[in-house]
Amino acid sequence: MTNHPEFLEHPGNAALLAGHQGEYLLPSATAVQFISAEGTAITTDKYKECYVFPAPEILLEGYGELVLGRRINEQASALVRQGRMAVYPSSYGQEACQVAAFMTLHRSDWLFATYRDTVAVMGRGVKPMEAFESLRGDWHSGFDPHQYNAALPTTPLATQLLHAVGVAHAAKLRGEDTVVLALCGDGATSEGDFHEALNFAAVFHIPVVFLVQNNQYAISVPLIHQSVAPSLAHKAIGYGMPGERVDGNDLAALLAVLGSAVERARNGGGPALVEAHTYRMESHTNADDATRYRSAEEVAQWVPKDPLVRLKKYLVHAGVLGSADAERFAVAAEALAKTLRDGLNERTEADPQDMFRFVYSEPTPQLREQSRMLAAELAAAGVAQTSVDGDLP
Amino acid sequence: MTAAPVLNPLELTGIQELTFAKALTLALHDAMAADPAVVVFGEDVGTLGGVFRVTEGLTATFGSERCFDTPLAESGIVGMATGMAINGIRPVVEMQFDAFAYPAFEQIVSHVAKMGNRTRGHVRLPLVIRIPYGGGIGGVEHHCDSSEGYYAHTPGLTVLTPSNVQDAYVLLSDAIASPDPVVFMEPKKLYFSKATVDLDALRARYASSGERGGARTVPSSIGQAAIVREGSDATLIAYGPSVAPALAAAATAAEEGRSLQVVDVRSLVPFDDETISAAVRSTGRVVVIAEASGFASMASEIAARVQERCFHSLAAPVLRVTGFDVPYPAPKLEKYYLPGVDRILDAVDRLQWGQS
Repeated sequence: MTNHPEFLEHPGNAALLAGHQGEYLLPSATAVQFISAEGTAITTDKYKECYVFPAPEILLEGYGELVLGRRINEQASALVRQGRMAVYPSSYGQEACQVAAFMTLHRSDWLFATYRDTVAVMGRGVKPMEAFESLRGDWHSGFDPHQYNAALPTTPLATQLLHAVGVAHAAKLRGEDTVVLALCGDGATSEGDFHEALNFAAVFHIPVVFLVQNNQYAISVPLIHQSVAPSLAHKAIGYGMPGERVDGNDLAALLAVLGSAVERARNGGGPALVEAHTYRMESHTNADDATRYRSAEEVAQWVPKDPLVRLKKYLVHAGVLGSADAERFAVAAEALAKTLRDGLNERTEADPQDMFRFVYSEPTPQLREQSRMLAAELAAAGVAQTSVDGDLP
Repeated sequence: MTAAPVLNPLELTGIQELTFAKALTLALHDAMAADPAVVVFGEDVGTLGGVFRVTEGLTATFGSERCFDTPLAESGIVGMATGMAINGIRPVVEMQFDAFAYPAFEQIVSHVAKMGNRTRGHVRLPLVIRIPYGGGIGGVEHHCDSSEGYYAHTPGLTVLTPSNVQDAYVLLSDAIASPDPVVFMEPKKLYFSKATVDLDALRARYASSGERGGARTVPSSIGQAAIVREGSDATLIAYGPSVAPALAAAATAAEEGRSLQVVDVRSLVPFDDETISAAVRSTGRVVVIAEASGFASMASEIAARVQERCFHSLAAPVLRVTGFDVPYPAPKLEKYYLPGVDRILDAVDRLQWGQS
């Protein structure tokens, strides 16, 4: 097996390779787990060798983020049921992946998310109504990606992984130590862009970490119909990058595994693929009906594995989480929920002239003509306009 | 086999005879020299210098970080370019052939074209996608498509196509300077055509390096058609590979006493309605010429726009001479497919000369 020259130059990697035929790229025999579903710590020697169990204060902070993430999911789904939003792809049950995604990144790093990753995007500092503007239907986005180093969540599957590779490649050309974390789901691993992104990242040896949230379903299609690989993490060896699988409902294990991959990338170690085993507890969106393709018994099996419940049990038992912190987290979550309710109950009007304003840096003569036509139509209909053609740049 | 002498752009100044391909190389070279953010990549563009040699010498001059080969994956090339453009790089990527750009179509249509709009202008993508296109080279299947219509139909893309050596330099330089993404269509049958140009004059268009890169305004050639032959009896509207047969038809018609004006569209998007409408009004008769299949094509769009804007100046219906509505034919058949002088002049003859 040949390896990328830069990989061999990286301190420690040459030693890792000694006597191996690429096995070092393979994931652990089972998903890395630090805290069991019952809330007890698992500290086998094997994991201790590779990963560091997060400090108690990090886990406490992470638990607070889980509480916020869960409240966002619950509140957003409720607002959809009340007709305040057309759609919300919920990450209920996947909050540990969402929280680990932003907790392992620096401010100068970048996050590339999918439509199900609103909680992770908000973790980058994106304000609640900026994150929800597209779901409210005002515009296709609500924030400036450069303000938060967070790309707009993308709906065409796996396409954003290549953008992540490009951002990291640009950072590498400039000698910056930026790491890019790119999220996708199990279904997206079937797309061609997933393959191209991992291959480009490996060939150019650039600092991207790919996190696959394997929630077992691509809308209705279970994983077995997407892939018969031993695991999705096993795909990494085909690109010459390490793969790892981790319990996606165990925040401690996620922080350890993702954190290790991110720091390895930052230090010139190249890209990595992490597969997080989790479960989409709700339907794909409110427009979907999961009872048509999976049983209540199957869903019920995942309820005890909930990421919040297990971390709470662990932290309470360890004496880290007291009632004061629990109360503080609950108050913050309620405040955020209220912000979402207020924001989504607010009646907003979109400016029709915005359709023409941003297509090009300067509207073309044709767009100016169409802008004037619409303005005249609206004027004739007596519709008040916030702007007309004269305001176009 | 002896290697062709490598072109040294720095030594080229003043009046020079250049091929179309070398004019493109010079534009890339000058943009890279002026702005370290300009980076070139694609398939075989590094050591080989591209299958049409357009990127020849760039890796040697600027290093393998500024001009490099990628894995063979077009969606990957355009997707990575998108990310690099988000993060301050001005990528110029090469698709090896027209039909080999289709794997990148989703990235181009769903992301490159839409990024500025969906981010309310926060993220502009100053990237150029170079695509050799069109026939006339006896190419095998999937090497001769006229794919410009797909890109021209997509809001958010600028689509340029040069028809001569000077424009190869000017339009590519302006494409790289544009703050918006440009699909740059290169008529591959012109790559080895030659002309004499004044390089100092061309380079003088860019008084400062700021005008080459990082410009916030759209460069001047974008959205500008050109009258490439004056004439008073009828107007031939063409672009890219079809300008040469249009000019040849006009020369033949002149011998027969008919004065044909020729317009080179140059910028398919944005489209220069002003210049083209004024030209049409000056003659009152129009033939639109393009290699692409005519149905639902750029030629259809031009004919429709001319008819909408110039109806009362027209003495005859707007006619189109285009490729047939068939897949691009095998090499032995392309002479029947491509719009040539005879077919153009036949169309001119049908412009109802007896009726006004």
